[in-house]
Amino acid sequence: MKCLVTGGNVKVLGKAVHSLSRIGDELYLEPLEDGLSLRTVNSSRSAYACFLFAPLFFQQYQVATSGQDPLRCKILMKSFLSVFRSLAMLEKTVDKCCISLNGRSSRLVVQLHCKYGVRKTHNLSFQDCESLQAVFDPALCPHVLRAPARVLGEAVLPFPPALAEVTLGIGHGRRVILRSYQEEEADSTVKAMVTEMSIGEEDFQQLQAQEGVAITFCLKELRVRLPAHTHHPVLPACPGPGLTALPLPSQGLLSFAESANLSLSIHFDAPGRPAIFAIEDSLLNGHFVLATLSEPYPHSQDLRSPELCRPAPQLQAHSTPLLDDFANDDIDSYMIAMETTVGCEGSRALPSLSLPPGLQPPCSPGPHSEEEEDEDEPSTVPGTPPPKKFRSLFFGSILAPAHSPQGPRPVLAEDSEGEG
Amino acid sequence: MTSAVLKCCPVDVTVNRSLSTGKLHRVELLLQTKLAPGTLDVLLSKSFLCAPAVGVSNMIAKLAKICTLRISPDKLNFILSDKLASGGVSMWCELEQENFFSEFQMEGISAANNEIYLELTSENLSRALKTAQNARALKIKLTNKHYPCLTVSIELLSVSSSSRIVTHDIPVKVIPRRLWKDLQEPTVPDSDVSIYLPVLKTMKSVVEKMKNISNHLIIEANLNGELNLKIETELVCVTTHFKDLGNPPLASENASQARNPEQMAEVHIDIRKLLQFLAGQQANPTKAVCNIVNNKIVHFDLLHEDVSLQYFIPALS
Repeated sequence: MKCLVTGGNVKVLGKAVHSLSRIGDELYLEPLEDGLSLRTVNSSRSAYACFLFAPLFFQQYQVATSGQDPLRCKILMKSFLSVFRSLAMLEKTVDKCCISLNGRSSRLVVQLHCKYGVRKTHNLSFQDCESLQAVFDPALCPHVLRAPARVLGEAVLPFPPALAEVTLGIGHGRRVILRSYQEEEADSTVKAMVTEMSIGEEDFQQLQAQEGVAITFCLKELRVRLPAHTHHPVLPACPGPGLTALPLPSQGLLSFAESANLSLSIHFDAPGRPAIFAIEDSLLNGHFVLATLSEPYPHSQDLRSPELCRPAPQLQAHSTPLLDDFANDDIDSYMIAMETTVGCEGSRALPSLSLPPGLQPPCSPGPHSEEEEDEDEPSTVPGTPPPKKFRSLFFGSILAPAHSPQGPRPVLAEDSEGEG
Repeated sequence: MTSAVLKCCPVDVTVNRSLSTGKLHRVELLLQTKLAPGTLDVLLSKSFLCAPAVGVSNMIAKLAKICTLRISPDKLNFILSDKLASGGVSMWCELEQENFFSEFQMEGISAANNEIYLELTSENLSRALKTAQNARALKIKLTNKHYPCLTVSIELLSVSSSSRIVTHDIPVKVIPRRLWKDLQEPTVPDSDVSIYLPVLKTMKSVVEKMKNISNHLIIEANLNGELNLKIETELVCVTTHFKDLGNPPLASENASQARNPEQMAEVHIDIRKLLQFLAGQQANPTKAVCNIVNNKIVHFDLLHEDVSLQYFIPALS
């Protein structure tokens, strides 16, 4: 594989890597016909992110050198990020960036051609790996929100940087509400401040969701940005006292989208089903899939009527089998579908999912998805206690435990790390 | 917008100064609630000067992690009086409500006890008000959402037609009347020396460096306008001298005659407490006086525009 990035796109690539670094510690790099895909997943498998850079993004893009099979590799995020660590430096001094996979020496070579004839070559060792592929489909999500990334970036400003989870939903009057989420069992003597941001429907380019729907997800994975001073042209420019820049190791998807002036779409379903944050333009697309809390929306967080506290929960959580209420050894059901290299060719069968153009996973879990197509309703699991933690396994939105086949599941092989 | 506020605000020098530097927004404060115990019914509606308010809340957040907010018909006070927890430091910050609000209505428990005492985490308030820097309107309500909260509701300026509303629910603890006696204004002790402070930023950078040497600082001053900050260890002694500071006029004639102007009054204090106090001062105050009671306590009396701050640091035992 060999590709050449030039000009401003080097910085874009760098920013994408920064956003990915918020999620996971390992980067899966795979050259595809559709473009170069960079993917990562977090250790608890509750967040997945991928960027796909179209061939047009590159000045030169070569999937495989003649005679060789396309390689895919897994590298330490830290190593790859170190190449692109200083975005300012990338912008000022780097003219070209050449990325190539050297199968013989198992090295990913990233060469930065800088000004004044300086050339920096990074040889990063990688491991062969299976393709990292999460099972998700934005088109299957009934609810969609789309707005310029700037709107959402501003919306999260009032929330403290340390805030982990936030609830996003549609409130009274079709207003989009973001509210900081408090764990129910939090220490009752120390109560945290609850912040809520309410945005009118007019600020959104698309709002396809009913009042009362809501999901709770981890904001930290998307966020981390510098507070901007330029949002209100109506006011005279007056620097606010006490506005401190957040100490940032890197930027998240929100700031990536803002800097690229893109719209961010949020596709979501019932609480418990993953939420998909997507950005797209002609040269690249990005998808961040985050786990959402599967508890039925507690009444104290009733979005519909903030003034009243109704005892009954407004949301009817879909009777989804509790996807996150299983111990880690049940990981098979919900892990990101992994495929062995052999299995990949075989199951390039037509996915029964209709995927949005531009996002064609090379390997999809063929047999499973076909089965699930027939299922209209997930079955209920009566009497199951509401799960407290949701940071585990969340992927496999197509699969439901009641319906997963008992037989061998060729698709769900474990990542054979360290086993050659 | 500006003219509406002007009509309501008392016209005085302080307000005009704020007008030229701060941002003026029309803001309503509504404090209305019925909380147990008793019926604490507070209705507070006001126009609020946002920028100075943010400044005060930022300062309080730096000085005290948890503080008491006392609301009375003519004043707002931020009080730190937790002697044990803060190692004896106490703070009394006062603002005249009429300098910040054009309307102010509140009702305490009863006519005789027309006050409300709320305990809150000061950082929450400063964070909530920070959002208000670009606000079109601000409302503060005392609410009871499962537990008492100060709800700050801010309508943000927005380029689009629809407004954005941010709501912060700050959890508060309503302090019962029997504990109010511990939260009264501290009596200003008769000081041996009273002196104007030097530029606080300079003082802070000096103290910051001294902290690396020792935790034990001696602050001394005399009636000749001289103030010294001293650190003494086995290996080194460091003294910073501030001269020509000036002394405020003394309260009683007897005191001035009795005391030798060269004689220093000193207090040994924990340097970290002084540093915390100095760190909270972002801007240079309009007035800054230091009162020293020999070997007992040092009392800082500051005035930042419309906000008065008193900070007491006791002597090390």
